[in-house]
Amino acid sequence: MKPASVLIIGSGPIVIGQAAEFDYAGTQACKAMREEGVRSILVNSNPATIMTDLGVADAVYIEPLTVPVLERIIARERPEGLLPTLGGQTGLNLAVELAAAGILEKYNVRLLGTPLETIRRAEDRELFRDMLAKLGEPVLESHICHTLAECEAAAESIGLPVVIRPAYTLGGTGGGMAFTTEQLRTVAESGLAASPITQVLVEKNLLGWKEVEYEVMRDGAGNCITICNMENLDPMGVHTGDSIVVAPSQTLSDKDYQMLRSASLRIISELGIEGGCNVQFSLAPRKDVRDWEGDADRPLPYYVIEVNPRVSRSSALASKATGYPIARVATKIACGKTLDQIPNAVTGKTTAAFEPALDYCVVKIPRWPFDKFALGDRTLGTQMKATGEVMAIERSFEAALNKAVRSLEIGRRSLLWERPEWRAGGEFPLHATDERLWALMAVLRRGAAVMDVARQTGVDPWFLERLQSIIAMEKRLLAEPLHPELLRAAKRLAFSDEMVAQLADLLPDQVRERRHQWGITPVYKMVDTCAAEFDAETAYFYSTYESENEAEAVPGPAAVVIGSGPIRIGQGIEFDYASVHAAWALQAAGLRAVMVNSNPETVSTDFDTSDRLYFEPLDEEAVRDIIENEQGNEAEPPASIVQFGGQTAISLAEPLRRASLPIIGSSAEAIDTAEDRHLFERFLQDRGIPQPPGAAVTTLEAAMKIAQQIGYPVLVRPSYVLGGRAMEIVQNANELVTFVAQAAEVAQGKPILIDKYLEGREVEVDAICDGETVLIPGIMEHIERAGVHSGDSMAVYPPPHLDPAEREVLRDYTERIVLGMGAIGLTNIQYVVLPHEPGGEPQVYVLEVNPRASRTVPFLSKVTGVPMVQLAVNAMLGKKLKDQGYEGGLWPERNLVAIKAPVFSMSKLVDVDTHLGPEMKSTGEVMGIDRNFEGALAKALLASDMALKPNAAILLSLSDKDKADAPALIRQLAGAGYRLYATEGTSRMIQALGLPVTSVTKVLTGDHPNVVDVIRDGTVQCVINTPEGRLTGTLRDGFYIRRAAAEKRIPCFTSIDTARAAVEALSRQAEYDIATLAEYVNG
Amino acid sequence: MPEALLVLADGSVFPGTACGAPGHTDGEVVFNTSMTGYQEMLTDPSYAGQILVLTYPMIGNYGVDAKVEESDRIQPRGLVVREAARFASHLRSEGEIEPYLRAKGVIAISGVDTRAVTRRIRRHGVMLGTITTDETADGALRRVRALPGYDDTNWVASVTTDHVYDWADAAGKRRIALLDGGVKRNIMRSLAARDCAVRVFPANATADDLLGFKPDGVVLSPGPGDPRLLETMVAEAGRLIGRVPILGICLGHQVAAQALGAGTFKLPFGHRGGNHPVQEVLTGKVTITAQNHGYAVDPGGLSSAAYISHVNLNDQTVEGIAMRSEPLLTIQYHSEACPGPLDNTAIFDRFVEMLAAVQGGVK
Repeated sequence: MKPASVLIIGSGPIVIGQAAEFDYAGTQACKAMREEGVRSILVNSNPATIMTDLGVADAVYIEPLTVPVLERIIARERPEGLLPTLGGQTGLNLAVELAAAGILEKYNVRLLGTPLETIRRAEDRELFRDMLAKLGEPVLESHICHTLAECEAAAESIGLPVVIRPAYTLGGTGGGMAFTTEQLRTVAESGLAASPITQVLVEKNLLGWKEVEYEVMRDGAGNCITICNMENLDPMGVHTGDSIVVAPSQTLSDKDYQMLRSASLRIISELGIEGGCNVQFSLAPRKDVRDWEGDADRPLPYYVIEVNPRVSRSSALASKATGYPIARVATKIACGKTLDQIPNAVTGKTTAAFEPALDYCVVKIPRWPFDKFALGDRTLGTQMKATGEVMAIERSFEAALNKAVRSLEIGRRSLLWERPEWRAGGEFPLHATDERLWALMAVLRRGAAVMDVARQTGVDPWFLERLQSIIAMEKRLLAEPLHPELLRAAKRLAFSDEMVAQLADLLPDQVRERRHQWGITPVYKMVDTCAAEFDAETAYFYSTYESENEAEAVPGPAAVVIGSGPIRIGQGIEFDYASVHAAWALQAAGLRAVMVNSNPETVSTDFDTSDRLYFEPLDEEAVRDIIENEQGNEAEPPASIVQFGGQTAISLAEPLRRASLPIIGSSAEAIDTAEDRHLFERFLQDRGIPQPPGAAVTTLEAAMKIAQQIGYPVLVRPSYVLGGRAMEIVQNANELVTFVAQAAEVAQGKPILIDKYLEGREVEVDAICDGETVLIPGIMEHIERAGVHSGDSMAVYPPPHLDPAEREVLRDYTERIVLGMGAIGLTNIQYVVLPHEPGGEPQVYVLEVNPRASRTVPFLSKVTGVPMVQLAVNAMLGKKLKDQGYEGGLWPERNLVAIKAPVFSMSKLVDVDTHLGPEMKSTGEVMGIDRNFEGALAKALLASDMALKPNAAILLSLSDKDKADAPALIRQLAGAGYRLYATEGTSRMIQALGLPVTSVTKVLTGDHPNVVDVIRDGTVQCVINTPEGRLTGTLRDGFYIRRAAAEKRIPCFTSIDTARAAVEALSRQAEYDIATLAEYVNG
Repeated sequence: MPEALLVLADGSVFPGTACGAPGHTDGEVVFNTSMTGYQEMLTDPSYAGQILVLTYPMIGNYGVDAKVEESDRIQPRGLVVREAARFASHLRSEGEIEPYLRAKGVIAISGVDTRAVTRRIRRHGVMLGTITTDETADGALRRVRALPGYDDTNWVASVTTDHVYDWADAAGKRRIALLDGGVKRNIMRSLAARDCAVRVFPANATADDLLGFKPDGVVLSPGPGDPRLLETMVAEAGRLIGRVPILGICLGHQVAAQALGAGTFKLPFGHRGGNHPVQEVLTGKVTITAQNHGYAVDPGGLSSAAYISHVNLNDQTVEGIAMRSEPLLTIQYHSEACPGPLDNTAIFDRFVEMLAAVQGGVK
């Protein structure tokens, strides 16, 4: 039965294990509901999503994802149905909680898609196991445990090694493998802590078995289909989100394939799911790789590992890998349609009741954050660590793999890359890490036998032989002079021009030239769900070196939107948001929008978003090939837009300019002015706009000299990098030596910037310019003082502390900078504002100018109601702001307060320090919006899991420099009824204030309980720890405090400013309002 | 590497590499979109007289294994792939695909833009073609254009058994007479697994020959070619209807349908793959089926005693027929899978139930 209105719960902020895929799913769901005539009500705390745009759902709430908030929304909207399967684990868990609290019943809300009982049966290990047993599906020996003692007994019975999987967590949070009793204790404790019901599964370790997944769909009439199966290159033991995945499976025979397919359908039928579901299997490997007990002539043994009764990261990947829109179809099923009643959007002729046939190979590689967290533990296990992923499509595994590696954008790392230490030490780490693929290549390159490597790693020899074939091509390119047949063969394996150049001792441009000379250019083939059996209408293409091109150039005006690639720290979903809006704006302006991107999780790579989608790496070669293909026989190539895809896209400005390809928006020159230190300094000087004193240097000597001149502390960072990579605040010459060396490595020959560090209010401005008029939609003020990366700061709109004079200076500087630079479209400027005398001159300094869309674009677009990307695109196309109905200057502030708060994934990343600094660490963001500051702040903290619980115990460990600022905060805490714990120095300070405090020692080797114990055993429920300068003892102690808090998943404030804000929000007992985004913005 | 050409009757030429036996081979060029099951397809008698193009680009990944063969020889005249895997990996693999093809004398070509070939066939319909390692394109084309039409040949005659035999596992309690138009082994296996003893008869067997076995039921098997050429078989099938429970699969379905007054026609490019949705008319239930047929039943003229039980959701063609008061069920798709989804093995259960229900009742 079709519901009249449906509530959709989003997945909240981007964290490891829950990324952009749920924006894609939710956006599709809202579209599908609109087609079905169902009113959609969407709740999500993440403002950087397309799904929370006005107009995507019928009612949009950007509110914290908590049961009380959801109840208020339900009471207000009275939806008939709740669709809990689109918001990842977050959405599913909330649905369970709403049901448990009796709220669904109270308001007569029907759970759609997946029955509550099914969620329980899929998530609760005991019920899950019972269901499998009932179906006669093989069940792995496992024990459900609620205590450490039970875990130990289970491990005894099964025998080590074992895997520990916490119930109801996402991305395997808290789980892991245990090979020793010591490890067992650690992992069991962390797993029990991670599970909201304190339940873990201790199961037999199938290390080295194959891991295979099926995406299945079922409708209300009981019709079942599989969308896609996928095989992991990494065998069991590595979280599927951290595995290299290939679709379809490659090493499964038809018998194996159908056996697991049938099992998947039995499971989804038994679960009674109406929608999508993901089933993970472990399948016996070759006996000569990993021996197992049993008859090799019988059907291969397998185990069902996990079922996700909802759309997932894998279903997003499967959708992009096949062209089958899983979330869209799942939503229509939830609205009462059967598969045969849903048209196939790809072919336009057939129905959704069919199974995609692939005539290509898809490879997904995760994108890990270890380029930013060099000290993080790179080992991969059952707990996911990747922030994002890339996908590549080609006609062979080798080619898809090569393209996927290019898409990762780890510098210019190709499969040829080897870590220098490996070569030096002769050691190649073949255990599961983010670098295993390259280590496998390295050992095979050196002649290791495939079977030896297979036995050592559990990777099926099929994959290793395919790597061998890549290596064979490397050797040919090294040995033979480049000739057409060889180059063509290399391109058919998707060797990039750069790889060919490196091996054949040429320049990449020379390779490109020869390709053109010899007529070796890519063609583009369509992803059509049906292996060309039906005429398809989608324009979703991938490149390959074959004979027939299906992406013929289309006459008429068009522009190419360069996307932002994989989600990584510093370049998140915000840039996909901007890319999607850019495509829509082009279409609204009557142009064909051509999208290029490599990220399967996103809305931008939905074939519906643009007029033509190229799923390709975002490098010079791929983009130039696409532009040439789009140009066809026209005189002029289509223009590219590089300002929405983050640093990925902006980095392509220069190569495109060199190739004489047109860019609309800010020119490559404007980008250079902003990024080249000397040009930028001169530019500001000429206009009398101050910036913190400093200079660009290329040697340590020069760095020392400059630092001495301007005085410590100084900020050290490489130029041309995003997200503050390798950026540090340096207090003295000793630290300078270390960090200059580090920054130099990241800068790769480009200069390093040394600036005076000004500790003031940090302010951020986004502006839109058409060449004449500059519109400033809003100013955002950061809660943390300058020095914390803007992406990790809480940002408030409108700025609470700026006076009219300061606002006026900001407007003036912004206008002059933007116009002076000739920036067309969007520009983001960061300022630091120092206190000024009443009536005196405002003290405003420019920190940074980025002539491109920033990560605040979605936030600011939403809270101001200004369609920033659309205005920017129109401006790039030559349409003036005033012709679009906008005047210049500062856009009138709305009657609301919105706070953007960062969200971290620190519990997943072992050995990474959590303290806030100039280098960005957050993976996502939430927004708190209300009529007043207190309400907005309370919501922002609630949504980012940083809200203080009343009457809790709180641990303080403050740096000396913060002790001056702290007394007010501490009095407030004590006054609000908090019990205080503090480390030695801080404790003395609190005692001096005459307040009660329990002292705990920072010395971890001495008496217990120490500072880490009180966190681990739950004595304290919150931590305020502000780090001392770098490389001191305090920092190291602080590190353990912060890690313990991250692992215990309790709020940990590392900036005194954030802590103060949190305490204020609490002490004022902020009441918050619940309203739709439209009500806030228009109210 | 030896070069090879795929030349189609419309003059298009696709260069590639020989990955089987040398020489040339002619046939109707058809494509199959299954992603697995190449060896099952290669041994499916319904491909007699055809050159098989596999749309999945990497063929041979999991090697070859004699136990999965569906008949005793390679059936298509030739094989066209994007890539023949040089290395196979599977617990049960007995070797790589290229040596297998060579050993079996199969002419095959790899390195072809199979998607381009598929698109051509989709747009222009199936056509004759050749794989050649020993001619120029022009020479090959001249030869292809002089070939007799695929539809003019009775391919069943070339694949059916030449003698009556009992399926090896036959010790079952129900007796099944199977009329072999090009049967796949898994049909016999599926019946044997349901406690049936199967006796296989050549395609030219008469109704009396079959009834002489005193069967509990008759299976009309799949097979290659234009069903309109099978007049005798249709007539004999007509004599069986009403006298014994009948299960018709693929060609067997087309034969039974003709015996019930329906016609058949050639599909533009056939149905070949493992992903075709079929809806049961009575229940609305949709299952995914394995298909391999170039002709379909035209229900015009179908006896009023029969009705369409299943339709294809992609193009609404007839996928199954049943009779209102006689024990007959036919399906256009392959309930025996191999390759393909196992969603429809229940057809065999239904057939066996039918045998039980009518035991002794008819004849």
